[in-house]
Amino acid sequence: MLSPEIIALLFKATLDTLHMVAVSGLLGTLIGLPIGVALAVTGKGELLQSLTFNRVFGAVVNVTRSTPFIILVVAIIPFTRLIAGTSIGTSAAIVPLTVAAIPFIARIVEGSVREVDRGLIEAAQAMGATPFQIIRKVLLPEALSSITLGLTLAAVSLIGYSAMVGAVGGGGLGDLGIRYGYQRFLPEVMLAVVVVLVVLVQIVQSAGDLLARRFNKRNLKA
Amino acid sequence: MITLEHIEKTYPARGGGGAVTALADTSLTIEKGEIFGVIGRSGAGKSTLLRTINLLETPTRGKVWVDGVEMTALKPAQLREARHSIGMIFQHFNLLSSRTVYDNVALPLELAGVPKAQIREAVEPLLDLVGLSDKRDRYPAELSGGQKQRVGIARALASKPKVLLSDEATSALDPETTEQILHLLADINRRLGLTIVLITHEIGVIKEICHKVAVLDDGRVIESGPVFDIFAHPQSEVTRSFVDPVINRGLPDSLKDRLIPQPAAESNPVLRITFTGERATSPVISLLSRKFNIDLNIWHGQIDEIQGAPFGTLVVEVVGPPNAIEAAVSLLKVNNLGVEVLGHAVPGNHRVAV
Repeated sequence: MLSPEIIALLFKATLDTLHMVAVSGLLGTLIGLPIGVALAVTGKGELLQSLTFNRVFGAVVNVTRSTPFIILVVAIIPFTRLIAGTSIGTSAAIVPLTVAAIPFIARIVEGSVREVDRGLIEAAQAMGATPFQIIRKVLLPEALSSITLGLTLAAVSLIGYSAMVGAVGGGGLGDLGIRYGYQRFLPEVMLAVVVVLVVLVQIVQSAGDLLARRFNKRNLKA
Repeated sequence: MITLEHIEKTYPARGGGGAVTALADTSLTIEKGEIFGVIGRSGAGKSTLLRTINLLETPTRGKVWVDGVEMTALKPAQLREARHSIGMIFQHFNLLSSRTVYDNVALPLELAGVPKAQIREAVEPLLDLVGLSDKRDRYPAELSGGQKQRVGIARALASKPKVLLSDEATSALDPETTEQILHLLADINRRLGLTIVLITHEIGVIKEICHKVAVLDDGRVIESGPVFDIFAHPQSEVTRSFVDPVINRGLPDSLKDRLIPQPAAESNPVLRITFTGERATSPVISLLSRKFNIDLNIWHGQIDEIQGAPFGTLVVEVVGPPNAIEAAVSLLKVNNLGVEVLGHAVPGNHRVAV
């Protein structure tokens, strides 16, 4: 039912989507994770309380988070050009995806780190741990399972966002769906795109759940 | 070993309330090798007091010395160093759920930068000591409460501390497990000569293992001294309320009803005689009876053991001429027995003559 050409396009579009999601997810985690930890430990009454830092970064994160993604994409086109040299195509799309992923992941990590039992921080302090040691040896390992679930959520959201960058020439499955499925009235292409997206999301979610369960040692049976 | 000098801790006003004073001018001295208990109701400031020792709480005023070091004068890095020689265990254990038993015990050594091989040499004997060698690769979620606290104790001992702070370490455990953990602590105290400071709201814990006790109420130490003395002669109302249930100083209601505060016609004085140490077993009742020709009706009696020493209380109604009773009381006092007039009994139906 799908012509070999369409199947080839579908395959290419899937790879493009994976490429965009993987790179922006990775960069978003690399930058968002430390910011999230920083937000968590600089809050009021926390390990490294610094309210100025917390408020400034919190505000930046909120501004980015409250801008609709499609607006963000066009709003930062100059920045995208600066980084990627172009504003069209898969590589260019990675820039706004990463910019959106960073605050998203930062908030998720912040929440996960804040959930860690304060008693554990106190115990580590009583052992003479430095704040950095507490972050590395206590907060991150204890929050790992929760962070994994959060990153899974971020990856699923990025798959959705990546479909939107199709609208501005970003490539990938969204782009294919819009141009072939919608504008050329090829409902079978649209359906195929949706099916591939559903499968992708399923795989990412299942893998994330599995990892999170493996990292979680809290519900083991005695 | 530990000296707290005029410690005061005030929390700044929050929300609508005013500033809260958790500790008001508290001074304590704890000797090396002692098991020192601090007892108080919840909100009395016990937890704050314990945390000022390793400076998890910074006192608003006052000085803290541990092992000759003035903790309150240390810079952050020096304080972290000093904390290596102060172990701490917690009511809710505070074990890392993501680490195995072994790795939990290894944590303080890892933090101190001890090489892996040395960590193993230190951790394995500790797991033996607390009887958890077979659980070394288990996670805390797979352990019972008592086992978790054993891990907590092993972890606290890993950096070979001189002082162990115990924050309600048995309050989340059932009575039998509490007993085991207390024995373990007493054993560690004896074997390693470790100074232990524990806070609790359970007088049973104090009675079981403490050498000395301080009673904390409303941010102040209202009584402190050897456990035996505090049990035998509680001075304050708060202390009495802790001690009474354990050594049963209280009287049954049917007897209480017959007591009046002042002598009346046909009333007889009721005495509480306290026997401590060797005197707990001396035949004082028959002696008094013979010597002064008075009758002693026993209302209530009990012998307890505190810190391995017998401790007896006897409540008697004394029947006889006033001067004979007076002579009997002074004989008891001369013999260093505790005598306390509880009241005067009006006639009732429950008398048993001795």
